[in-house]
Amino acid sequence: MNTNKEIIKVQNLVKKYGDFTAVDGISFNVYEGEIFGLLGPNGAGKTTTLEIIETLREKSGGEVWVDGKSVDNDPNEIKKIIGVQLQAAGYYPSLNLTELLSLFSGLYNVEIDKMKTLKSVGLEDKVKAKYKELSGGQKQRFSIATTLINNPKIVFLDEPTTGLDPQARRNLWELIRGIRANGTTVVITTHYMDEAEQLCDRVGIMEAGKIMTMNTPDALIDELLATGFTKQKDVKGANLEDVFINLTGHEWRDE
Amino acid sequence: MKTEYSQLRAMLAIARASFRSTTRSPSAVVFTLAFPLIFIFVFGFIGNKGGLRVHVAVDNNSDTLNAIYKILDNNPAVKLYADTDSEIVKALRKGDLDAIVHIQKKDSGYVVQLATSDISVQNGQLFKGIIKQIISELNLAAMPDIAMPFSMEDQPVVHGREYKTIDFILPGQLGFSLLSTGVFGTAFVFLNLRQTLVIKRFFATPIKRPYIVIGEALSRMVFGLIGAAFILSLGHFIFGFTMIHGFATFLTMMLLAAFGLIIFMGFGFVVSGLAKNESAVPPLANLITLPQFLLSGTFFSVTNFPDWLQPFCKILPLTFLNEAMRKVSFEGAGFIDIWKDLGALGIWGVIVYVLATKLFKWE
Repeated sequence: MNTNKEIIKVQNLVKKYGDFTAVDGISFNVYEGEIFGLLGPNGAGKTTTLEIIETLREKSGGEVWVDGKSVDNDPNEIKKIIGVQLQAAGYYPSLNLTELLSLFSGLYNVEIDKMKTLKSVGLEDKVKAKYKELSGGQKQRFSIATTLINNPKIVFLDEPTTGLDPQARRNLWELIRGIRANGTTVVITTHYMDEAEQLCDRVGIMEAGKIMTMNTPDALIDELLATGFTKQKDVKGANLEDVFINLTGHEWRDE
Repeated sequence: MKTEYSQLRAMLAIARASFRSTTRSPSAVVFTLAFPLIFIFVFGFIGNKGGLRVHVAVDNNSDTLNAIYKILDNNPAVKLYADTDSEIVKALRKGDLDAIVHIQKKDSGYVVQLATSDISVQNGQLFKGIIKQIISELNLAAMPDIAMPFSMEDQPVVHGREYKTIDFILPGQLGFSLLSTGVFGTAFVFLNLRQTLVIKRFFATPIKRPYIVIGEALSRMVFGLIGAAFILSLGHFIFGFTMIHGFATFLTMMLLAAFGLIIFMGFGFVVSGLAKNESAVPPLANLITLPQFLLSGTFFSVTNFPDWLQPFCKILPLTFLNEAMRKVSFEGAGFIDIWKDLGALGIWGVIVYVLATKLFKWE
């Protein structure tokens, strides 16, 4: 799936808020067709980096290209080929999902099969539900549905699973793998390492505005082990989350 | 496959979504329709009572078979109350009654005794005048042979166009509705869009920023104009509100409403730029709407205010809109006739939009 064609190029990206440096000269590439994870604790600069690539925020320095287009020169061309799920985004709360999809199909100038779109995120039963009536997981799924409307080359997901229960999380992973299977590149931020390990082809770990390391999850683990690191506790064949999922099932819960 | 991206199409998508959202917002409906309609109903019915009326109690011991009583009873401007009790003097004192009349037979004629109060001086005087006229006419009829040195001949009355209460009240309420829709609607919508991050999600789509504002404004405009059309139709068909040239007047008023709405929305943009959060909107918006609601001739003419206040009243934007509306509806004025009001509104528009662009916050 990974074609080694760089679809996003970030070079020496800097973002300053006054005296505070949120992003401190980072460089990385994202390859076409991969799921790239930007990991790090809160405040590490993940969201800021993402929003600069999404052309939502001005950068203080460096260069960013998305599909060969510079964020400085062609922000509107970039917006047409990306899908953006914001960490916190709202929709008109009193509109139902069909009406909201009409809105976004207008905003992207595309015709869509609304039922098919809702089906792709498992919300076909919620056609007439208002956005404000959805549960947390359903809101996230709907939010992802709006990112797919323009059939984008790249989808950005900013902490899509934060605050969701294990079922909702696992099912969102399936959804994200499905998006990648359609040939779409996925850039995702998270602070759940299990999620990154499960989902991402490559990850970059950010801390205080810098990328500390970047590789496949496997390679990073091997690197660490090569330094002589051992986990204090023996890893069992399963963990508590496996117990939980085994007991409560995989289905999407409509809280 | 590759077609040019249409900002217009995206803008209309926002306008449609925003309009749907607005019609589902209780506060928007209340401010645009419910409040003005309540006022119109109240004043509409007051207006329908038909002119001036004097309320007079007839004393229990009064003679009611005489000519004076009959004429009084037939006078539409006089409402007689026969039932007299001990409360009657109190009612006169409170101003619920304008006079108590007592007609007594004396010698070959009658004497009228009249009690009035200093609470309703005007009506008391009016009633006194009515009685005097009746007496003089009856005297004249009783003695037709006596030559009168002074006399008056009635000339036909010049018929003015009937100016009903509703003709004054409705344009004021229409203006108030437009002002509320413009200021409150716009202020809340943009603050909400910012706070709920709806606008941020829009930014991630290819629509350009000014088109987002135009789309939202268009939806408020359509909503406000539907409200205006509703108020005008209801006033016309139920309360007989005068639109002198019929449908043409209606259209002129709608255009005027649209113009007013644009100016008032500018105030809304200013408020949304100034307000840090949702709770800061109502005080700021009220600061703009309430004085105009009271001082712009919404309920009564600006000329009723003290002299020192009038210059202030006369420069308020709603005053210009109300004046223009009344000239159009009642006098049949066209846009050329109301150019001064339009010009003044235009100046307000320039001031407000310069401020709004300075204060507007995207995030």
